[in-house]
Amino acid sequence: MLKLQDGIVELYRKVSTSLPNDVEEALQRAYQEEPPGVTRESLSAVIENIRIARSEARPICQDTGVPTFYVQIPRQLSQIEVRETIIEATKRATREIPLRANAVDCITERNSGDNTGKLFPIIYFEETREDRLIIDLMLKGGGSENLGQTYKLPLSELKAQRDFEGIKRCVIDAVFKAQGKGCPPYTIGVAIGASKDQVTYLSKKQLLRRLDEEHPSAELARLERDILEAVNSLGIGPLGFGGRFTALSVKVDCASRHPASYFVDVSFSCWANRRGRLVWG
Amino acid sequence: MGIKAFAMKPERLETPLDEQTVRELRIGDMVLLNGLVVTGRDRVHKFLFGKTPEELTLPVELNGLVLYHCGPLVRSTTTGYEIVSAGPTTSARMDIYEPWVIEKFGIRGIIGKGGMGEETVVAMKNCGCVYFHAVSGAAALLAKCINKVVNVWQEETFGTTEAMWILELEDFPAVVTIDAHGNSLHDDVLRESEKVYRSFMGDNNG
Repeated sequence: MLKLQDGIVELYRKVSTSLPNDVEEALQRAYQEEPPGVTRESLSAVIENIRIARSEARPICQDTGVPTFYVQIPRQLSQIEVRETIIEATKRATREIPLRANAVDCITERNSGDNTGKLFPIIYFEETREDRLIIDLMLKGGGSENLGQTYKLPLSELKAQRDFEGIKRCVIDAVFKAQGKGCPPYTIGVAIGASKDQVTYLSKKQLLRRLDEEHPSAELARLERDILEAVNSLGIGPLGFGGRFTALSVKVDCASRHPASYFVDVSFSCWANRRGRLVWG
Repeated sequence: MGIKAFAMKPERLETPLDEQTVRELRIGDMVLLNGLVVTGRDRVHKFLFGKTPEELTLPVELNGLVLYHCGPLVRSTTTGYEIVSAGPTTSARMDIYEPWVIEKFGIRGIIGKGGMGEETVVAMKNCGCVYFHAVSGAAALLAKCINKVVNVWQEETFGTTEAMWILELEDFPAVVTIDAHGNSLHDDVLRESEKVYRSFMGDNNG
């Protein structure tokens, strides 16, 4: 598993110091389309920052986040071994890249110093029929994580019923409350389903999708476009300075729900939507 | 250092700042900050809250200085420390402590992101302090505007992220988004977005 460990360290390096091309292109487009002023000037600094981070292999943001792994594991591989390899790679990446140490013990308030701790990093496994191991890594900072919201519909304060209009109202509400606190333009993940743990997992997982990838369901693809347009009409703008690009993309997915339940969860990524994939074997 | 952050011509400021300089700034002004700043986030604020400068032995005189809401990413080197990435953290978390810190410690400027709440805006107006919004997430670029690490305080107790780092800035770009006259760009954006928000929620019809 030593070679896999090297691969995961390199995945950490790539994800922390560079952005996926679809995200960078979307930020470039925002820069082109925002009118002159502080918003546009700040976006030019954002783009310059991406260039510096990549060319000097410095983390894009000092908050290298809670490392979150989505692992598709072939049946012949051991979850325990892959987990242990990820943990060792995390310690090495923290030292070698470096990453900011973010794992704080809630009882002692001590920072472990190496980004490992109880259930830290977060690792989700899913068995696959494929022969190859696929590891997706998301590095998401605390600022955008803190803005996530869960709703239970119907909700009278938003006049939100159990339908697509109700879902849209939830997302508008979450973005309005977020304002510029979590480094917009945001990528927004939304999920609808039967239980709050499931929708929270699913909404965050949407942030792994490419920004230009629409949902295969035409209805959800339309909802994604509709919500994006609504959210951007709020005018909060890049960094919260006012402008047209409050979000770069909205990604929606749903699970079947219980007749009595209708949970809607909203997850935010900051503009530095850091994700990457390692395919091994 | 020639970091190209702002194309429009910003004003260069040197810390410590005096009240007159601060009062002349207005929201929307672009500035380049130079001189000493100290970092302070959740732990430093919690520590300073309820205390006065006379009771404490701090590594630097805070009066007139700029406080940076930042938990930097730092690498130890053979000669000391290197700041690798150092962008702003969300300032709203410091709101419950900040009026006290501004008032008692004589802070003239705060660097952060996302803006601050009403009580902090009032304290800034009363005491003569402004909020410099750094480019959120532009941490690699901003680290290059930090010339050197002068000192670090409470690293052992608070940890590297939460320690107070005393840094020397060179042409660190920022935008004034809360001035010392009670104006806040964040409040303006909030009010405008609230109109749209209400139209979506159907409250305009009633």
